[in-house]
Amino acid sequence: MSNPDKTGAAQSGPAAPEAPEAPLSGLVPGEVAEAGSAAPSAFLEVRDLRVHFPTDDGLVKSVDGLSFQLEKGRTLGIVGESGSGKSVTSLGIMGLHTAGQYGRRKARISGEVWLDGKELLTADPDEVRRLGGRYMAMIFQDPLSALHPYYTIGRQIVEAYRVHHDVDKKTARKRAVEMLDRVGIPQPDKRVDSYPHEFSGGMRQRAMIAMSLVNNPELLIADEPTTALDVTVQAQILDLIRDLQKEFGSAVIVITHDLGVVAELADDILVMYGGRCVERGPAEKVFYEPQHPYTWGLLGSMPRIDRDQTERLIPVKGSPPSLINIPDGCAFNPRCPYADVPDGDRTRTVRPELRPVGERHFSACHMAQEERTRIWTEEIAPKL
Amino acid sequence: MSDARAVSENVKIPEQSSPPEPPDALLKVEGLVKHFPIRKGLLRRETGAVQAVDGLTFDVRPGETLGVVGESGCGKSTMGRLITRLLEPTGGKIEFQGHDITHLGVGAMRPLRRDVQMIFQDPYSSLNPRHTIGTIVSAPFRLQGITPEGGVKKEVQQLLELVGLNPEHYNRYPHEFSGGQRQRIGIARALALKPKLVVADEPVSALDVSIQAQVVNLLDDLQDELGLTYVIIAHDLSVIRHVSDRIAVMYLGKIVELADRASLYESPMHPYTKALLSAVPIPDPRRRGVRSERILLTGDVPSPISPPSGCRFHTRCWKATELCKEQEPPLIALAAGRQVACHHPENAADQAPGDPAPASAGEAAGSAPGPSGEAAGSAPESEGGAGK
Repeated sequence: MSNPDKTGAAQSGPAAPEAPEAPLSGLVPGEVAEAGSAAPSAFLEVRDLRVHFPTDDGLVKSVDGLSFQLEKGRTLGIVGESGSGKSVTSLGIMGLHTAGQYGRRKARISGEVWLDGKELLTADPDEVRRLGGRYMAMIFQDPLSALHPYYTIGRQIVEAYRVHHDVDKKTARKRAVEMLDRVGIPQPDKRVDSYPHEFSGGMRQRAMIAMSLVNNPELLIADEPTTALDVTVQAQILDLIRDLQKEFGSAVIVITHDLGVVAELADDILVMYGGRCVERGPAEKVFYEPQHPYTWGLLGSMPRIDRDQTERLIPVKGSPPSLINIPDGCAFNPRCPYADVPDGDRTRTVRPELRPVGERHFSACHMAQEERTRIWTEEIAPKL
Repeated sequence: MSDARAVSENVKIPEQSSPPEPPDALLKVEGLVKHFPIRKGLLRRETGAVQAVDGLTFDVRPGETLGVVGESGCGKSTMGRLITRLLEPTGGKIEFQGHDITHLGVGAMRPLRRDVQMIFQDPYSSLNPRHTIGTIVSAPFRLQGITPEGGVKKEVQQLLELVGLNPEHYNRYPHEFSGGQRQRIGIARALALKPKLVVADEPVSALDVSIQAQVVNLLDDLQDELGLTYVIIAHDLSVIRHVSDRIAVMYLGKIVELADRASLYESPMHPYTKALLSAVPIPDPRRRGVRSERILLTGDVPSPISPPSGCRFHTRCWKATELCKEQEPPLIALAAGRQVACHHPENAADQAPGDPAPASAGEAAGSAPGPSGEAAGSAPESEGGAGK
């Protein structure tokens, strides 16, 4: 829309970083959650993160022991249904639960979040704030509620920039116009003075992306970045996120319920269920050799645009669990058609560990790996 | 080229002698219009109108599922509310089983309500929180003054069972159910009077993926079991592909393409349909490389208060010419069972061969007559619209 040279660059670019042969540095093999608190080598490392909310009805275990690593330049897709804890994970990483917005009852957070060699959960809140804006940024689902209605877009971007950069207003404004131009807002020098309500949904989302990228963050968390958008606008925004990542080399976490979106963006996928990770691995593996019955359920539930499929979908029976009453043992066991394949009692009492099932590919299931591979290749995959 | 022309002539013949409608069309809609007036000032003078639906013509055949897709603001929900007569049409004609129901009043509509039912999008706001499930699902019987064989309670419990709920939950309240279960309650209510036509407005979009599949399968089963006819309105093209027999694509209050499922998804003719289909993210990481096929439309849908002249899609179309700005393309049959409103369709003969491409749109070389437009039209646009 704006810069013809950049358009050209983007056009030639798309295939390069998606090549599966690229050095797979996103997730390091082996669980290191137990390794103690030595600073990790990964850019972002989350170890055994737990976010619990005390409520009148009981303790809501939104995130219950989540670990993953992410390198710069890579994209991690966190997939799950509503109430699986995916958004709470992102807020936990950003340190947004410690602000006490839940009144006197604060969230209980434990575990470790290492960003570039610094542990955030035990760090001084002021320092986290400084780091937060500078090194981490977030794109929210609903831009209308994430942008302040009272201030112009420009002023909000300028503010975000000046908090972390000692520059005068004029320079900051120039930077805001530059960012708006970069995310494809037409006439950025004029639109910088517009209010959020004067923008359409897609433009607001672009403006929010501009605001989150104004400090060149090294970690970008996009929480359902396109869920509120129409499909043609969604395609524009997904493209934009991908190109910006290429340009800035940031680490990106995309949180979504849409498997299409993760397939487009993510190098690695983490599937969450009941506040826990049930499967995690390279996108290719998770889609083609999934090793958890819940992942099979997600893939089977999804109508496909790319296939003329008239057969019935294969839904997961029942509904997602309440996070207050997460089932004992494997959280998925009441809905799992294979719960009794390994040993029903064990499935219902012992929580399965996340174990390696392939290179950088982990799954938390009691079934033997051979059994799962057999079920997937013989029973599930042919029906998809 | 010559045979393409020949085909287009062949298929135009039935068009001229007014396309033979299947005589048994369950629902027939002609030139349906709904404008919502915009009033301003002290005297509430009408200063304009939101042209939500602006001339729709289609029919729904018994036993089929007609899918209606489009982006937000294209008028698909308004269309649903018009054909169920929850809204009063501004113009046009709606015929249900041969009866003109366009301007029937509430009382006159009532007997027809048995046959036309609606399933709503939001399972939270479409059920009265202070009524039990029994009350909600039996409401249609009360309103119609019907006592089913074996009594209302028994009938309701059978309905609950039919949609996969526990009949013992008769006395529970909506808040005791999950989103998917509530949607089932809404479906049970819609089916209570054994309707012929069910209009479902985004029936699964508020549900989680795994629950979505349950409800899609349920709708499928009920159609087989009860011989229902569906009009399913949705924005999700994957869901529409799965459930529909025929699909109408809407853009700014008009149908731009109406075709059967297979041909629509395999060879879309209207550029908008093509762009819409190509924009859907494909849940397959191996297909990521084929992103170059994607057509990225610039900007957003224009306002329905002052829609663009001529073809309403011309402001975002990479094939648009002067003709498109001036003259509105009619919705005509370009192939058997396929109606398209476009001067320069994809995968079909050009409808205005003499119309030259505008000089300004250098990249729109694809508007040359004939089916050659596909490759030429999409490639340059694919990134140009991304706004970089």
